[in-house]
Amino acid sequence: MNKAELTLQLAEKTNLTQKVAKVIVDTIFDGMRDSLVRGERIEIRGFGSFVIRNYGGYRGRNPKTGDVVSVPPKKLPFFKVGKELRERVNSGS
Amino acid sequence: MTKVDIVSGVYEKVGFSKKEAVQVVETIFDLMKETLERGEKIKLSGFGNFVVRNKRARRGRNPQTGDDIEISARRILTFKPSQVLKNALNRS
Repeated sequence: MNKAELTLQLAEKTNLTQKVAKVIVDTIFDGMRDSLVRGERIEIRGFGSFVIRNYGGYRGRNPKTGDVVSVPPKKLPFFKVGKELRERVNSGS
Repeated sequence: MTKVDIVSGVYEKVGFSKKEAVQVVETIFDLMKETLERGEKIKLSGFGNFVVRNKRARRGRNPQTGDDIEISARRILTFKPSQVLKNALNRS
């Protein structure tokens, strides 16, 4: 399933136009992205939570050439699946 | 950010009542949960992919007691953030 299919299914289920459904889907995921960019944690009960983890920089090596490269500090989002969804995925068909 | 904030965002963007905004947000997450429950992946461009993976049974250890235990085969959900999202997080 991609964003277009999610939009279509939302429109069918709610009798919204596809145009409005698209605005809603984009609003939700753009809002979640902006929230993570602000460094916030997102918690959606029954689904899961997202947290930003900070990684320090380090001196790495290009495995192909052996050259020393410096890897800058970075932030990465992590998703932890919620209890309900974890159980549903595990018992699903 | 919680579901309440997501609902507020939808409420401000489209001319819905609070109740309608709650319902539409619930519907989206329900659709996503149903999809993942079927073992189907979800690809959200600009955000990331949710992928269901099958894990085989393996031997593990109870970290508290040190006992050998069998970890049963299971299906788990993983999230892989998109490059767009990773770049957005590290822009500043």
